[in-house]
Amino acid sequence: MTTDRREWPVYEVFVRPRNGLAHRHVGSLHAPDPEMALEWARDLYARRGEGTSIWVVPASAVTASRPEDREAFFAPFEDKVFRHPSHYHIPPDVENM
Amino acid sequence: MPGDPALFAYVLRLGDDSLILAQRLSELVGKAPELEEEMALINIALDLVGRARLLLTYAGEIEGAGRDEDALAYRRDVLDFRNHLLVELPNGDFAHTIGRLFLVAAFDEQRYGALRHSADARLREIADKAVKETAYHLRHAGEWVIRLGDGTEESHRRMQTALDRLWMYTGELFAPDSVDEEMARRRIGPDLRQLEEGWNRRVNAVLAEATLDRPQASFMQRGGKDGRMHTEHLGYILAEMQFLQRAYPDATSW
Repeated sequence: MTTDRREWPVYEVFVRPRNGLAHRHVGSLHAPDPEMALEWARDLYARRGEGTSIWVVPASAVTASRPEDREAFFAPFEDKVFRHPSHYHIPPDVENM
Repeated sequence: MPGDPALFAYVLRLGDDSLILAQRLSELVGKAPELEEEMALINIALDLVGRARLLLTYAGEIEGAGRDEDALAYRRDVLDFRNHLLVELPNGDFAHTIGRLFLVAAFDEQRYGALRHSADARLREIADKAVKETAYHLRHAGEWVIRLGDGTEESHRRMQTALDRLWMYTGELFAPDSVDEEMARRRIGPDLRQLEEGWNRRVNAVLAEATLDRPQASFMQRGGKDGRMHTEHLGYILAEMQFLQRAYPDATSW
């Protein structure tokens, strides 16, 4: 990894809004190292009190699906409605589910 | 208790330190070396503006002469300001900006930490808020001092140069005058000599990790917090900060 500041690596930022909820991806930033990325994430993405916890992850650590894979990855599910939990009758006593 | 001159002078010092450092950091809007760092520095500046408002409002109440936060911020001249010289120095390069912020935040850590136990209830409240903010300011500036000091040859040289130049303005922080002594006696403010021990521990630890040498200063500048001798820089800060109020007094919209 070069020390040239123009090539600082990208970090993806995840913020957990409240206890009990999952961390959600909120954006990304450039930083020289993970600790500075965390401090900047606080200033860029949590300065209005949005979070209780922050993760920063090097973008290079993310393995992503590719747009051209979309048909192979996702199209086969479109006609499989039985995978949605929408065919159950919920007893009235179960109010929220 | 209106008309308590020592308490007024003391709270004014606290407020002016926050106000002037906030103004200095605000100069970096649109000019910081990195977008992310700009957000960090301006968030810090905003913390300091908020602190200055609370303190100057309180100072005005103590004085009891009808001056509010705006009157104190915008309608005083250089000789009436009571901030330490350290906060009015120019930003210089990034090492100077961060080095000064680090030295002041380390002082605020001690000062507001002690003020949480002040005999004065308003100062206790303000200190409770300031301590949390300052913990972040100190952490952020300290992390930069370490990275620059223990970074490249150039960053090390610049960070050391910045500390060497700033050092002669740190003596004033711990040199008590009659106001400090009265505040300590009335258990409102801390004993500055005790603050110095905590400050030394914090500063020495960061400098050691940053592979920087603690500067040896034989002469310490003074004259800010008692208003006897501000640097020539303060007038320029006020000229910019106070322009609008001076040009359009009491305007409610522009």
